[in-house]
Amino acid sequence: MTQSVAVTVNGRRREDQVEPRLLLVHYLREVAGLTGTHIACDTSQCGACTVLIDGEAVKSCSVFTVQANGRKVTTIEGLAEGGTLHPVQQAFWNEHGLQCGFCTPGFIMAAAYLLKENPSPTDGEIERGLEGNLCRCTGYENIKKAVRSASAAMKGGTAQTTQLVGAVAAPVEG
Amino acid sequence: MAVTTMIGARIQRREDPKLITGHGNFIDDVKLVNMAHMSVVRSPHAHARIRSIDTSAAKAAKGVVAVLTAADFKGVILGPLPVSNSFVPDKKQVPDQFPIAADEVAYAGEPVALVVAEDRYLADDAAQLVVVDYEPLPAVMDIEKAMVPGSPLVKSDRPDNIGWDAAFPAGDIDAAFAEADVVLKQRIGQQRLFPTPMETRGCVADYVPYDNRVTLWTSTQVPHFVRLFVGGALGVPESQFRVVSHDVGGGFGSKIRPYPEEYLATAASKLCERPVKWIEDRTESLGATTHGRGQIFDVEVAAKRDGTLLGLKFTQLLDIGAYHGVFSAFQVVACLLGGGCYEFKAIHARSIGIFTNRMSTDPYRGAGRPEATHLVERIVDIVAAELGMDPAEVRRKNFITSFPHTNNFGLVYDSGDYEKSMDRAMANIGYAGLRKRQEELRAKGRYTGIGFSTYVEICGIGPSAATAPAAGVALVESSMVRVHPTGSVTVSVGTHAHGQGHETTYAQIVADTLGVPYDSIEIHHGDTGDTPFGYGTYGSRSLAVGGMAIMASCHKVVDKAKKLAAHAFEASEDDIVVDQGRYFVRGNPSEAKALAELAFASYGAGLPEGMEQGLEAVSYFDPPNFVWPFGCHICAVEVDPETGAVTIDRYVAVDDCGNVINPMVVDGQLHGGIAQGISQALFEEVQYDEETGQMLTGTMLDYLIPTMAEMPHFELDRTVTPSPTNELGVKGIGEAGTIASSIAVINAITDALAPFGIKHVEMPARPDRLWSMIKEARA
Repeated sequence: MTQSVAVTVNGRRREDQVEPRLLLVHYLREVAGLTGTHIACDTSQCGACTVLIDGEAVKSCSVFTVQANGRKVTTIEGLAEGGTLHPVQQAFWNEHGLQCGFCTPGFIMAAAYLLKENPSPTDGEIERGLEGNLCRCTGYENIKKAVRSASAAMKGGTAQTTQLVGAVAAPVEG
Repeated sequence: MAVTTMIGARIQRREDPKLITGHGNFIDDVKLVNMAHMSVVRSPHAHARIRSIDTSAAKAAKGVVAVLTAADFKGVILGPLPVSNSFVPDKKQVPDQFPIAADEVAYAGEPVALVVAEDRYLADDAAQLVVVDYEPLPAVMDIEKAMVPGSPLVKSDRPDNIGWDAAFPAGDIDAAFAEADVVLKQRIGQQRLFPTPMETRGCVADYVPYDNRVTLWTSTQVPHFVRLFVGGALGVPESQFRVVSHDVGGGFGSKIRPYPEEYLATAASKLCERPVKWIEDRTESLGATTHGRGQIFDVEVAAKRDGTLLGLKFTQLLDIGAYHGVFSAFQVVACLLGGGCYEFKAIHARSIGIFTNRMSTDPYRGAGRPEATHLVERIVDIVAAELGMDPAEVRRKNFITSFPHTNNFGLVYDSGDYEKSMDRAMANIGYAGLRKRQEELRAKGRYTGIGFSTYVEICGIGPSAATAPAAGVALVESSMVRVHPTGSVTVSVGTHAHGQGHETTYAQIVADTLGVPYDSIEIHHGDTGDTPFGYGTYGSRSLAVGGMAIMASCHKVVDKAKKLAAHAFEASEDDIVVDQGRYFVRGNPSEAKALAELAFASYGAGLPEGMEQGLEAVSYFDPPNFVWPFGCHICAVEVDPETGAVTIDRYVAVDDCGNVINPMVVDGQLHGGIAQGISQALFEEVQYDEETGQMLTGTMLDYLIPTMAEMPHFELDRTVTPSPTNELGVKGIGEAGTIASSIAVINAITDALAPFGIKHVEMPARPDRLWSMIKEARA
C-alpha cells in the first residue's frame, strides 16, 4: 500500500508514491537521490540526518515522508545558493570544522538553523543549539569556532574570506 | 636554493568542498543497477548451540531474493578469517572463525543467516521471519574466572579459554626491587570501548558471473588487505578483484580488519548473481564491529625514597572476545612501552589473552599505547603521592634524557626532549599559581585537581625488520608518482585517508619536492585498481611511511628530469641546478626549463640514449626505525563532592610530532584524539550483562558519546624535535591525543579527591562512581 506525497525539496516540487512507513531520510536518499543527508545512529541521538522542514531543523530519521507532505524540505545540497557557499559551509571549511565529513551535513544544517534563530549565540547557546549532533573526529573545538566565525560573517562583520588553496600554491621566490 | 613554500603551511583542505555540500561518496551512496540488499540475522545469545534454522517463512516473504545460512557458503568461502601474529607469534590457540556460524554461536551479534531482498526494508522484514532454534549455553564473561582451569568454555571445541600467555622480561627485576625503599601495587582497568566512527560499516559487492571478477566497495582503512584476504577466501586472484574505499566516515582502528560481512556480501553476490549491498545499522555496529581496550593491569612498582624509579612488574589481562581479532595481539605493545618516558632498571611484563563470549577486541585509536601511558602515568602519580613529592618532580627525576635511547625491550626512541615539553605545558597552564589556588579552594571545601600525562608513543609502523618477525608482515608503504605530458601530476599511494586530510598534506609534500603548483597535483588512494599494493592507514603511519614513499618517488622523478635537462642543455648532469621545479645550468638561471617542459619532452622523441619514455616512478619505503612522538598534557578539574560531577577547567597540551606539514590538520588530529581520551576517562564503557552476555549499551542513547557541551577548550602548543628517522623529519599525530589524555584527566580527578584519602580512580569516572567513592571515604 502506498500513499501519494508532494514535497518541495530544495525548491523543486516532486510527487511520489511512498509507503507510509518510509522515513524521510530514506525518501531523500533513495527516492530523491540526495545522498548528502546521512544516517549514523538510527535512534535520533546523532543528528547526521538533520534537514530543514519549512525552515526548521529536523532529524529526518525521525519523520515519516508522509509527514512532510505539502512541506518544503531543504537538504545540505540545497544550502549553497547560486554556487556560493552558505556562510556556515564556508566557515566549516575555513576553520577545519570537519575531518571525515560524515556528520558534517547535519552539523551545518543545524548550525544554519541556530544562526537564523539567534544570529549572535553565546558559547553556551552554541553548545545547547548543537547538542543534538555528534561528531567523533573534531572534539568539537573547530566546530564551535566555525559557528562563531559564521555568525560574524553573517552579520557582515569580521567575515573570514575564502583562502583559496590556489592562491597560496604559487612558490614564493626566495 | 629550494625554499619550502607548502610544507608547514596552514592551507584549507581540498577534501572539504564536496563534504560540506553533500557530495561525498560514502559507502551507502554507492548504487548499482539491479542491486539487492542484505540484512544479517544475528545471534541474540552470547553462547548457544544452533539446533536448527527454519528459513521457509523468510524465503516466502515479499521481495526476498535468497535466504542463506552457513551451509550455503560451503565451497564458496574457502577459509577462516585471518589472524595476525602481532606481538605474539606463539599463541596458545588460534581457533578458526568462519564469517557465519554453523552450529554454535559465541557472541551476541554473530551472523547466523542472511536475507537478500529487493530493498532494505523488505530484507529487514524477512530477517524477522528466520526462525533459529538455539540451545543456550553458559556465557563466559569474567576474564579472571575464564582463566581458571575447568571454567566453562567460550566455545565447546576449545581446550580452555586462553588465547596467549606471553612474558616480556627485561633486566634483573629482583635486584631492582631489592634496592627499593617503597614497593606499591595497583590494579588499573581499561574498560571496553566502541570506536564509534560516525559512519557505520558497509559494503557493496559486485561479483560478475562467468568472469570470476569482483568489485567490492567497502568502508575500510585497508583496501589492499581486504582484497588480499577476501579475494583469497573466495578464490579470486588480486588481478580480478578490485576493492574501492572512497570516502569513509571515520575508522579509529575499527575498520582495519577484513570483516565477516565483506566475505558474506561478496559470496552472496556470487550466489545470487546480483550486486549485493549491506549497510550496518548502529545497533548492529555496536555489537558486530570490533571493540577497543578491555584490559586489566596488575602493576607493581619499586622506587627509592627520593623518587627514583627502579623496577616495574605488570600483568596485562586482555579480554580477546570470542575469537581473535585480526590484530588483537597488537595491544600487547603496552607491555613493551609500559616504562613510558622513564628510566627503569628492569621491567617484567606479562600478557594473558583470554577468550570471553563478547565481540572481539582489536585496535582502537592508540591500541596498546593509551594503556601503557595510562598505567605508567598513574603509577608515577601513585609514587609521588606516597612519597609526598610533586608529580612533576618525580617525572623530571626519571625522564630519559639522551637520544637515541634504547628502552628496556630494545626499542630505540629516535628523538625527544621530555623535560622541554613538560616545562612548556607547566608554563602554559600556570602550574605554580594553579597549585596555590588549589590550596585556597580546598580550604573553602572545593575540590580541584591537576593531572599530568607525559607520554611517548611508538608509530610510523613500521620497519620491516621489526614488523616482519613480530607481525608476520613487512609494513612498508608504496607510492606511484606520474608526471603527465603537460605537467600535471598523479600520485597514488597505498595508505587510506578517512578524515586525516592526506589529499591535502601529501600534495603539499609533492608540491615542494617536485616544485610544481599544488593545484596540479592529484592524490589517489583507496582503490586497489589504481594504487600500488599498500598496507593502509593505522598506527599513525601514513605520513612517516606513506609520505616518505611519495618523497622517494618524487626523488626518482627529479633524478630523471635532471637527466632530461642535461640532455636538453647539452650539459653535464652534475651542472644541472634544480630550484623549485626549475632546471638550469649552474650560473644560468635565466634559461631554465620547468618540470612540465621536461615532462613533455620525456614522452617525445630524441631522448638521451638508452632512456625510456615517460616521467614516473614507483617506490616502496621501508623505514629504518619507528618514530616516537611525545609530549605533556596537563588537565585541571573540579569535582563536586555532592554529585560526583567532574568539570574540566583547563586542558593544556604540548605535543611534539617532529616537523609539521600542515599545522591546521595536526591541531585537528589532536583535538579529536584528546576528546576520545577524555571521553574514555569520563563517559564511555561497553557493558554486557555479566550473566547472559547480552549487550546493554546497544544504542547511542545507552553508550555515551560526548556532545559539544561536554568537551572543554583545548589549549594546544607544540615543540618541534625533528625525527632523525626520515628525511621529512616527521613523526605521527593521529593517535597522540588519545594516548595522552585519559590519564591526564584521571590523575587530575585523583588529585582532586586526595583530601578524602582516595588514591586511585578507575574509568569511566562517572558521577555515580565518584559520588560513591566520596561517600564511602566520608563514612
